[in-house]
Amino acid sequence: MTKRDIVIIGAGPAGLAAAVAAYNAGVKDILLLERDREAGGILNQCIHNGFGLHRFGEELSGPEYAGKYIDMLKDTSVTLQTGTTVLDISNKIVSAVSEANGFEQIEAKAIILAMGCRERNRGPIQVPGDRGRGVFTAGAAQRYLNIEGYLVGKRIVILGSGDIGLIMARRMTLEGAQVLAVSEIMPYTNGLSRNVAQCLDDFGIPLYLSHTVTNVIGKNALEGVVLSQVDENMKPIPGTEKHFDCDTLLLSVGLVPENELTRTAGIELDPRTKGATVGEDMQTSAEGVFACGNVLHVHDLVDYVSAESERAGKNAAKYVLDARSEDESKPLPITSGANVSYTVPQRINTANVEKAVDVFFRVRKKIRSGEIAVESNGERIATFKREYLAPGEMEKITLPKVLLDKAEGSITVAVNENEEVAP
Amino acid sequence: MYDVIIIGGGVCGAAIAMYLSKYDVKCCLLEKDNDIAIGTTRANSGIVHAGYDPEPDTLMARLNVRGCELIEEIASKMNVPYRKTGSMVIAFNANDEAHIRELYERGIANGVRGMELLDKEELLKREPNLSPDVTGALYAPSAAVVNPWRLCLAMAETAAKNGVEICLDSEVTAIEKINGTFRITAGGRELDTKYIINAAGLYSDRIAELVGAKDFTISPSKGQYYLLDKTSDWLVNSVIFQCPTEKGKGVLVSPTAEGNIIVGPNAESGNERDDVSTTREGLDFVAAEAAKTTKLIDYRENIRSFAGLRANSDKKDFIIGESALCRHFINVAGIKSPGLSSAPAIGEYVIEILEDCGMLLSEKSSWDFAEPHVCFAELSNEEKAEICKRNPKYGNVICRCNLITEGEILDAFNSHIKPRTLDAIKRRTGSGMGRCQGGFCGSKIHELICSYYGIPAEKVLWDKNGSYIVAGKVGADND
Repeated sequence: MTKRDIVIIGAGPAGLAAAVAAYNAGVKDILLLERDREAGGILNQCIHNGFGLHRFGEELSGPEYAGKYIDMLKDTSVTLQTGTTVLDISNKIVSAVSEANGFEQIEAKAIILAMGCRERNRGPIQVPGDRGRGVFTAGAAQRYLNIEGYLVGKRIVILGSGDIGLIMARRMTLEGAQVLAVSEIMPYTNGLSRNVAQCLDDFGIPLYLSHTVTNVIGKNALEGVVLSQVDENMKPIPGTEKHFDCDTLLLSVGLVPENELTRTAGIELDPRTKGATVGEDMQTSAEGVFACGNVLHVHDLVDYVSAESERAGKNAAKYVLDARSEDESKPLPITSGANVSYTVPQRINTANVEKAVDVFFRVRKKIRSGEIAVESNGERIATFKREYLAPGEMEKITLPKVLLDKAEGSITVAVNENEEVAP
Repeated sequence: MYDVIIIGGGVCGAAIAMYLSKYDVKCCLLEKDNDIAIGTTRANSGIVHAGYDPEPDTLMARLNVRGCELIEEIASKMNVPYRKTGSMVIAFNANDEAHIRELYERGIANGVRGMELLDKEELLKREPNLSPDVTGALYAPSAAVVNPWRLCLAMAETAAKNGVEICLDSEVTAIEKINGTFRITAGGRELDTKYIINAAGLYSDRIAELVGAKDFTISPSKGQYYLLDKTSDWLVNSVIFQCPTEKGKGVLVSPTAEGNIIVGPNAESGNERDDVSTTREGLDFVAAEAAKTTKLIDYRENIRSFAGLRANSDKKDFIIGESALCRHFINVAGIKSPGLSSAPAIGEYVIEILEDCGMLLSEKSSWDFAEPHVCFAELSNEEKAEICKRNPKYGNVICRCNLITEGEILDAFNSHIKPRTLDAIKRRTGSGMGRCQGGFCGSKIHELICSYYGIPAEKVLWDKNGSYIVAGKVGADND
């Protein structure tokens, strides 16, 4: 068994940023495990631009963004081991397998979980119909197109208006495919508004809101799909069926944090985020095990993944270097109040806070104008005004230490609606 | 001239081929599709029934009980996913309880061992997640779950290893009778044989028609299912049936051999023979029926909905035997439930039938099962280390959800019946059958197929012929 100070699982944007931050915070013995052939994770297939505006102040493509972090790791002692799949984590022992090293076990002082997420597929959303070739998740089609160089189809319908689906609508159009429709079951899009404008509107691709796929036709290979309008309970309305002749249905219906290792390690998961519960230091319920990026909760922007992961890396380093506060006080849980579906972190140990804590959350519905209320023990400790809140866009508030010191028992984050969006 | 040609590469055809391969006979199995186990065998509940359902003194009763024993043996020899979970038939009222007592008596008559009638308390102790409305159950410990296509492949590979020719893409389109023998046209070839075994499943009446011996009709009955992620494995420990009705054994909730949970099927008649589409109504019906068994099913954990077709016939029992209308033409047809459970016993029984027809069978001096496939995920840490040293390709994980390695996929390529499609590899290894449904590993396996067969990516099939995965290379002429 080998020993390492920090083992990071996953060398996508989260793992890379965590590695850089942990190294810069003084830990030199870091092993970064990646199952793919190279570091970068999903960024490698995201060849469009729009990454890095917040983090680097410039617009980068996915591979360029990943490249920035890979460059930061050059000339450091961080070991990147690709082609390696982690099988199991138990008691800080990481079991992994690779073609180069075979089966190996590594004992770590700290572990950072950065496994990312996977796409929700046809199963959970139960699209009925035939099961021939031609139903792909948008990301799988993106990999075929941008990494392997193949178009999965020529006549495309996209279900779901998540960002990957929107990006793929434009990308496939540019490669000569015809995107016939983007269908979204909700009355609003789930992707970033800039993507709706740049990927659909600019190319005249029709967006069908409050519509879903109610049949998939084609025994061996897809021949068509049926779209139906849905009512306010998201039930298809008979008589609204529209048939589209197509050879491909792309699904862009959400991402799910990939926490199988976390679950089998017995680490507490939040049923709302489907990721681990963490404190302000990104530490999970298992001491010395940290989590960051899309394995923790699904982000809209990689820039936020990097920022979060740098926090995880820095705190993992602190943990290894034994530089953390001795304060054993109980962390304050953060609960989700009105219109808030979840928060990350889920708890704050105020004693560990240096200046401030960023709290990320999503709202349950579209809110044109809202007031974010932070309360503790029945008392308002902070108020933030925000315009245009939507489930598709993650919100962030920064709680300064001075405010947190006023908190007792627990902290609640709620959004009070000033005025509802007209339907 | 073949001694025997088997038509149909489902679980029955494969079982017959395996038992025939023990003898010195020139035998060939014809399958219309590009892989075996691709019809009824690939989409069913995967249950090895204990044998209390069939009426005593039927073929079904005898072959089910015997098949149940044989499957356990074959599964252990060939590393086929199999778990002896036992089964429960649950009751909700006095009528049901009378019914399960009847099943118990029938089970005794059929030779089923170890059955118990459980009261509510005992049932809920063993299956705490069932509906509180249950009143008792019939428990049968010999019932099991098996991966049906892996069972079929294991038997077909064993047949192939022992000299049976497996011919894929060989749809039988004509059969001519010539001086007491047959000339079969299949996949553009002509093959002569002394005996025909008609194990063509959903198409067996059409095959019988080709020799003018159609004295039965197949009417497909569709069943729809949900397959839940392994994260739902806490739900039930054994196969949970409701009381059977005229229409079938009803909606079950059961673990699968791999540790998922399966919920289904409904029963719809009047389908086309290749219609395995799911419908909202069908799936909703299944969910509503299953809710009687347990209210705790979370359908957000569903990883795949699918449908299969039962090859129901107009006869009550299985149709197994030499056709009354055509000499040396042996039907193995109308193999409805408990067909999977009975399959190996049907294989054994067909040998007896051939002997009764006057065929002289001499046993080979040596015969053995095909080599079992490695299942990397099931190995201990020490075994994992060892096998990676032997072949580093076992260290390269291709399917992350089910932990399937490149080594296992290469083993499949080198097996007796070579997989040619993405789905064929999925059936052999379990790749792409997990929660991401091939989202991550699909393109990697695609690449492995290209490199093994030396074919371009555009030529690789998803599943059946014509189902090309990609439409074309980027930058190529898009018209």
